Amino acid sequence: MTEQIREFDVAVIGGGPAGLAAAAAAASQGAQVALIDRNSQLGGILNQCIHDGFGLHAFGEVLTGPEFADRYVRRATDAGVFLQSNTLVTSLAPSGEIICSRYGQRKQLRAKAIVLAMGCRERTRGMIRIPGYRPAGVYTAGTAQWLTNLANVRIGRRVVILGSGDIGLIMARRLTWEGAEVIAVIEKLPYPSGLPRNINQCLLDYEIPLHLSHSVTCIHGKDRVERVTVSRFDETGTPVAGSEFDLVCDTLLLSVGLIPENELSRRAGVVLDRTTSGATVGASYMTNVPGIFSCGNVLHIHDLADWAAEEGERAGASAAKYAEGIHGDAVVEESIPIRAGDGIRYVIPQRVSRSTDQVLMSFRVTEPRGKTTIRAISGKAMIGSTQLNKAHPATMVQLRIQIEDLAGPVEVTCS
Amino acid sequence: MNHRVITCILCPNGCELEVGWDGEPTTQSVEVLGNLCAKGISYALDELTHPERTLTTSIRVRGGVQRLASVKTVSPIPREAVVAARELLQPMVLNAPVAIGQVVVEDVARTGVQVIVTRAVASQSDPEQS
Repeated sequence: MTEQIREFDVAVIGGGPAGLAAAAAAASQGAQVALIDRNSQLGGILNQCIHDGFGLHAFGEVLTGPEFADRYVRRATDAGVFLQSNTLVTSLAPSGEIICSRYGQRKQLRAKAIVLAMGCRERTRGMIRIPGYRPAGVYTAGTAQWLTNLANVRIGRRVVILGSGDIGLIMARRLTWEGAEVIAVIEKLPYPSGLPRNINQCLLDYEIPLHLSHSVTCIHGKDRVERVTVSRFDETGTPVAGSEFDLVCDTLLLSVGLIPENELSRRAGVVLDRTTSGATVGASYMTNVPGIFSCGNVLHIHDLADWAAEEGERAGASAAKYAEGIHGDAVVEESIPIRAGDGIRYVIPQRVSRSTDQVLMSFRVTEPRGKTTIRAISGKAMIGSTQLNKAHPATMVQLRIQIEDLAGPVEVTCS
Repeated sequence: MNHRVITCILCPNGCELEVGWDGEPTTQSVEVLGNLCAKGISYALDELTHPERTLTTSIRVRGGVQRLASVKTVSPIPREAVVAARELLQPMVLNAPVAIGQVVVEDVARTGVQVIVTRAVASQSDPEQS
């Protein structure tokens, strides 16, 4: 029996905010679009983010994660996207051939352009190497969120949270509401890594202590977590002898960072950026592999789903144009590099070609700052700048520059 | 003059508001610095007089393709009512299917605020769910 290979203009892999927005944007330009997602419900991680705070940029109103996802599912459905959930992409070829597994059946499809929107996963205990036994009761914050909000599982009664990322902060409040006692949030850096509003409404409201410049240095308990040892860390990132104290708890949540999920991309030949662990892209979000685009958390970790969706819209529109034969991004070798200069951790995109008029750069500062001036320099000229009252690594910053102003590589700096 | 620093929670900017006031905090007496928009001023006054928060939680669903439906208060409720409202919702069970926007409670914990569903849950028997 010959297998039917379905053909599309654009195939989007991943049905979270970025993928849904990309698919809707591509389809609204007239492209035939397929969106493939491995879960039974579209929306990605938004489905477990039952708290509010989504949608202010995208819809001008405050929504919860599931409501925000629903808006984008409708948008994609209305635009005529072929939505295929319960389907896992097992391989992606640079030529645009996609092999999937759906209920154990092999499915194949082909597209002129591909949008990667697979999101990210959490860093685990193994990646941060905390000494001690391997008892039950150690969860990543996102897993704890899934268990609490979707699986109706009570994960513990006395909880310590390591890492002050937003998911950890949101879970501190969530578990408090669920009747658990959140003993403390521990952060290795001298400043919190989550948004200021979450420090306020998730920790201060419930008088949950935040220990900055501290980390968990031992997990105790053989079958179940019994306590953790916490130590102060100096400026060099070394634990200070004699600063240790123990916290009695039955659960330890880890909110210690996210990693773009790029296994498929790598196997398709997509080159990754060492800082972001995502693809390197041009202004149209096309990777080094012609016809393969990347957006959302698989490209770089976002602080807001609204930004991930907006990026998806831009990438989806570019992919639709590419499928039409408008190859905006010239060959990688001919493009102009965009670099992160002093005080900037990374810049997306990493390059730009002369075939576009302008480019929207997204970037982050390396550490918290007060009044800050961001400058984009090309050759010896300043081609764009913006003033910020404060800048924080947790908050993405954007700046638009005109391509006709470029006189060589672009560098983004802050001072 | 009284002085407090309050982080605004209304949007991701999270403005650090420098709030000063004499006597009772009122629209006239409160001075706010550091706000990027007008909402910061009313938020600061609310925080001083009657802080409000939105409650988001989950309720069990019988006969659905998921065990839980997420819910929220349609508008913020007094902060001190949040835990009580959560406790009132805890024992509730909804029958599938449930739709986004479906009203679960008309007036939660005597706040006058509705609780609505934020995530649709289809019935197990619904053929739409593949």
